[in-house]
Amino acid sequence: MNKVVALTGDQAAAEAMRQIEPDVVAAYPITPQTEIVMNFAQYVADGRVQTEMIPVESEHSAMSACVGAAASGARTMTATSANGLALMWEIVYIAASTRLPIVMPVVNRALSGPINIHCDHSDTMGARDSGWLQVYCENNQEVYENVIMAVKIAEHKDILLPVMVCQDGFITSHAVEGVKPYEDKRVKDFVGEYRIQHSLLDVDRPVTYGPLDLQDYYFEHKRQQAEAVKNSLKVIPHIFAEFKKHFGVEYDFIETYKMDDADIAIIALSSTAGTAKVVVDELRAEGKKAGLLRPRFFRPFPKEMLVQALKGLKAVAIMDRSESFSGRGGPLFAEMRSALLDEADRPLTVNYIYGLGGRDIDTKQIKSVYTDLEKIAAENKVKHLINYLGVRGEK
Amino acid sequence: MANIKELSEKIPERLGPGHRLCAGCGASIAVRQVLMGTEDPVVAVSATGCLEVATTIYPYTAWKIPFMHNAFENAASTISGIESAYRALKKQGKIKKNIKFIAFGGDGGSYDIGLQALSGALERGHKFVYVCYDNEAYMNTGSQRSGATPYGASTTTAPAGKASPGKVQFRKDLTAIVAAHRIPYAAQATISNWNDLVTKSQKAFAAEGPAFLNILTMCHRGWRYPQENIVQIAKSAVDTGFWPLIEVDKGTWRFTYKPKERKPIEEFLKPQGRFKHLFKEENKHIIAEIQKEVDSNWQRLEHLCEASCKVA
Repeated sequence: MNKVVALTGDQAAAEAMRQIEPDVVAAYPITPQTEIVMNFAQYVADGRVQTEMIPVESEHSAMSACVGAAASGARTMTATSANGLALMWEIVYIAASTRLPIVMPVVNRALSGPINIHCDHSDTMGARDSGWLQVYCENNQEVYENVIMAVKIAEHKDILLPVMVCQDGFITSHAVEGVKPYEDKRVKDFVGEYRIQHSLLDVDRPVTYGPLDLQDYYFEHKRQQAEAVKNSLKVIPHIFAEFKKHFGVEYDFIETYKMDDADIAIIALSSTAGTAKVVVDELRAEGKKAGLLRPRFFRPFPKEMLVQALKGLKAVAIMDRSESFSGRGGPLFAEMRSALLDEADRPLTVNYIYGLGGRDIDTKQIKSVYTDLEKIAAENKVKHLINYLGVRGEK
Repeated sequence: MANIKELSEKIPERLGPGHRLCAGCGASIAVRQVLMGTEDPVVAVSATGCLEVATTIYPYTAWKIPFMHNAFENAASTISGIESAYRALKKQGKIKKNIKFIAFGGDGGSYDIGLQALSGALERGHKFVYVCYDNEAYMNTGSQRSGATPYGASTTTAPAGKASPGKVQFRKDLTAIVAAHRIPYAAQATISNWNDLVTKSQKAFAAEGPAFLNILTMCHRGWRYPQENIVQIAKSAVDTGFWPLIEVDKGTWRFTYKPKERKPIEEFLKPQGRFKHLFKEENKHIIAEIQKEVDSNWQRLEHLCEASCKVA
């Protein structure tokens, strides 16, 4: 492994992109993703990559161009945040249903309005039903490695689905951390070459992409798409294994931290999990059986693994960095509750919506959640199911 | 130039028969004429619209060349991606052939919802041909007004009624908007003057950069005339000066055809149901306004031709 270098999360994503050297990158700058596009544009300008970069006039065109490029057999990437993802929404669905293996780092940022440039997960959580796979990264090293791994996942012949690699806007995207990048050649060897089955540029074997698909076939195509996402649960572990073999680093759908004998735990995505680990260590030092469960993948949703990890726990707090306006908690909460419903022996669950618009989440707040969990476990009762953490006014 | 028979023998049919466009639809005529403009292999994109829905009903396709439909407003950005992929793979030696790229959009997909994507692709200088098949309204969904609908036409979202004579705005000039991007080649054409159209298509495919064809394409369902009269309607659009056959070749504006004497605009309006109400006594002033607009546009184009010739 190479030596440690100081990189922001955005730089880590750009560095991975440089090493992958996609055939086409079509991207539009938006805070806090901008550094990815800027850095990559510099790599192109300096001749460090041979990528054709399309400086599109909007995110809608970014994803549209990606769809065209990926269907032409080009390894294709873009990157975005928040409103940019919202603007490309229509084509995000088309990319997935056309089964195009586009990889897109998404730097999570609160959706307008009101306009806000800081972190929450409302952007990608909104896109959770688009048919893209979603990986959430805790730190910059993971951003770097997940971008590389995402290429391999997206392009696997038994997956062929686009992948979002999500990281927390500003919190990791602009924070400098030590990252250990691998040698260029090792990364290139790992990702290999993209070989498309039906290319638009194969003029001797013409294909039609994007036909009108009505009542007689659309449903079957959607059913197959659902199967593809489900099946990725079986295929992705092979790529984890390949990654371990190649780089010596182990990945899985979820990460468990001090969960083995835990009574209470927090479930959180991305950088918040890093903060929670500090609290878990403090609580463990006090002799409290606290743990942390971090889903790395939200799509495919690793239901069995998550449920298994929660066996024997008394109370669990599910942390959502986005609001779904259902009055029934955030999206992670809804999916976790649904996953646990069939379990006879299931922990009590409680939801905390936190950190919207980049509101800080600190160890003190997380500690208060564990304190609540201790009470819930002791009383075997949840008094407030949906809680807002760190907000003024009514919690 | 070869005649149409010779061209059709030399260049294989690229949009096959069996598509489900209406009998007498201008779109398929325009597409087939345009695709005679190059002997190189072509990859085509279409915006959502009649052309796309009628040629690609799954599991069938009428396209004998690689074809992609993505969405309504993004034909130009989709072809940008395809053309960039081609350049990327060509420089790596993974593709050997010379391939041409073309994007089709209706007036809705070009004048309105897709204008931004079109402008972006033109500005970036991708090497492709963009064809607007302009039938002057959202015909695929039943003749709703667009930025290309002419003044006085009755459409389903700007219908003629007791309080309104139909569309009360003049159309926008997309050809001039495109020409303002200073791309190598832009032109207006229509299906009645096929030699003019195919010649323009050849120039467009040969251009070193983006090229644009704005093709007036009749829709008898929306324009409301007998379907067999399509060519006469197209011809009257040209002969009245309603649709001037012009080109902008490297900045030089030129008439590629000029009727000896422009006919009165009524000849274009009269046979069409969408203008029927204009011939009522209370609306006749609108016809006069349309005539005035046609005249001033003609004059403007003559000035442009004269001025740009001097510059060139």
